[in-house]
Amino acid sequence: MIDKPIVDQLDQVFILLERWIVSFLPAGWQAVASVVLNVVAIIAVFPALFAIAVLLERKGLGRMQNRLGPNRVGPFGLFQPIADGLKSLTKEDIVPISADPVVHFLAPVFLVVVVFMGYAVLPMGRNMTLVKMDAGLLFYFAMGASTELSVFMAGWSSRNKYSLLGAMRAVAQMISYEVPLLMSSVAVVMITGSLSLEKIVAAQNQYSYGLPHWYIFTPWGFAGFALFAVAATAETNRSPFDLPEGESELVAGYFTEYSGFKFAEFFLGEYVGMLSISGLGATLFLGGWSAPLAILGWVPSWIWFFGKVMLSICVFIWLRGTLPRLRQDQLMNFAWKFVLPLTLLNLMVAAMWRFLGEGWERWVICSAVLLIAYVAMGRIGMRHGHIGTRKYRYAE
Amino acid sequence: MSIVFYIVAALAVGGALAAVLLKNTVHCALALTIAFAGIALLFLQLDAQFAGFAQILVYIGAVAILVVFAILLTRGSETPKDGVYGRKWPLGLVIAAAVFSDLAWAVLQSARVLPHEAISAPTVTVLQIGNALIGRYVLPLEIIALLLTAALIGAVIVAMHEKEAGK
Repeated sequence: MIDKPIVDQLDQVFILLERWIVSFLPAGWQAVASVVLNVVAIIAVFPALFAIAVLLERKGLGRMQNRLGPNRVGPFGLFQPIADGLKSLTKEDIVPISADPVVHFLAPVFLVVVVFMGYAVLPMGRNMTLVKMDAGLLFYFAMGASTELSVFMAGWSSRNKYSLLGAMRAVAQMISYEVPLLMSSVAVVMITGSLSLEKIVAAQNQYSYGLPHWYIFTPWGFAGFALFAVAATAETNRSPFDLPEGESELVAGYFTEYSGFKFAEFFLGEYVGMLSISGLGATLFLGGWSAPLAILGWVPSWIWFFGKVMLSICVFIWLRGTLPRLRQDQLMNFAWKFVLPLTLLNLMVAAMWRFLGEGWERWVICSAVLLIAYVAMGRIGMRHGHIGTRKYRYAE
Repeated sequence: MSIVFYIVAALAVGGALAAVLLKNTVHCALALTIAFAGIALLFLQLDAQFAGFAQILVYIGAVAILVVFAILLTRGSETPKDGVYGRKWPLGLVIAAAVFSDLAWAVLQSARVLPHEAISAPTVTVLQIGNALIGRYVLPLEIIALLLTAALIGAVIVAMHEKEAGK
């Protein structure tokens, strides 16, 4: 076993570093400087992860589609993100002549600001939360809901029919899937008894027989995580729910009329949003920064958090390489007729889990209820589902 | 009254004024969002975290989006040529002034009823709000739930009617 003080120091290395830097400043400045340092760290780390995620996506998708992906800049194409960044910085910024200039300018700025705000409450390691809020989860969702406005602003201000169609699709989709996203998280809040993300992680950071008490290892938690993952994929406009920016139909959806650095801001906002919602999913269901086995407790907590986030990104990429895009009516039917009823049932199941006591009965009953509901709803949905050509109500 | 209060208040009032005075309907809706955000910041400045975040989540995340959606679906974003003001706007001004003075009077009276020293900012957690909603205020909560359910069913019926008429 490794020496205990060294393990603790590695675990808290960023906190110690921050204190060391702050200690050079006069006492009156230290509180402000510490906040500024934390914010700078977040603004520096996540765009770096964004660059890694983009490279991973391009290489990974390339392999899945039986091609090489970027391989010209640097060894194995590793410096491709730097080249992309420089390219977007040096490109001309074109604003359409009929566009609304103020709103057109504000939309990408607003998106990036709001997306970064969400990180304020995510616990990224032991003692590594920027703001310890009592209502942290609510804050996160309040910020997440505000991104819809940016999408609308971008689509409307461009004065382009593809932009507007993309924005309408995006807003409709984000509103629809926000409900299951919130509802599946409410189950976690019910069991923990707190909206504070710190407390949610602390409740999962316990071990029995060397195995963790993560919520995903309970029937309601597993169902909740699956529903959360579906809703999160739709919320971040990722394939198979990428209708708002379906290239084959809408060019690039709501950011068709953006070029240069503004386009890069949308790209950044989308990927940083993906990283952020992965972090939230890991915090709610996968134990946040806690280790997957009790004997692995010596590995620094932040490694686990960022590891879980990057693992979710890999799953996002895998899904994009595997699944075809849904149709708009399928997307809406899936949200309102399958995902939402299951999340509501999951709330009931979580309440049952809470009040059925500690025995083995609750495992059997809760699993059975969820499994039966899943199979029955799937069967009924498929029986009435019209697989085949779509019937148009207005277009014929 | 700190300087933060004045900045936030200016934001809220400015947003509300812009929502009334701007010509383009979508600009008005976006200005209204600024006013909503200002009110949320006022709640946060009073340490009312739950109310502040709920304000952002519901008003910016849902109400503002529904407003812009309604504007887009009804093709109302083009500015009408003869201005956006009706002929009866002085009447609206009188009603608004009456409501404002009534509220202001109530607020000023409360300062006299409650002595200034006795007021200390209470620290209310989300847990306490939840307990109060399910315990003491459960009847209003249920009434609101009933109302919203009725509105939901009504909306579904309106949408279904249109579909049957189309066939």
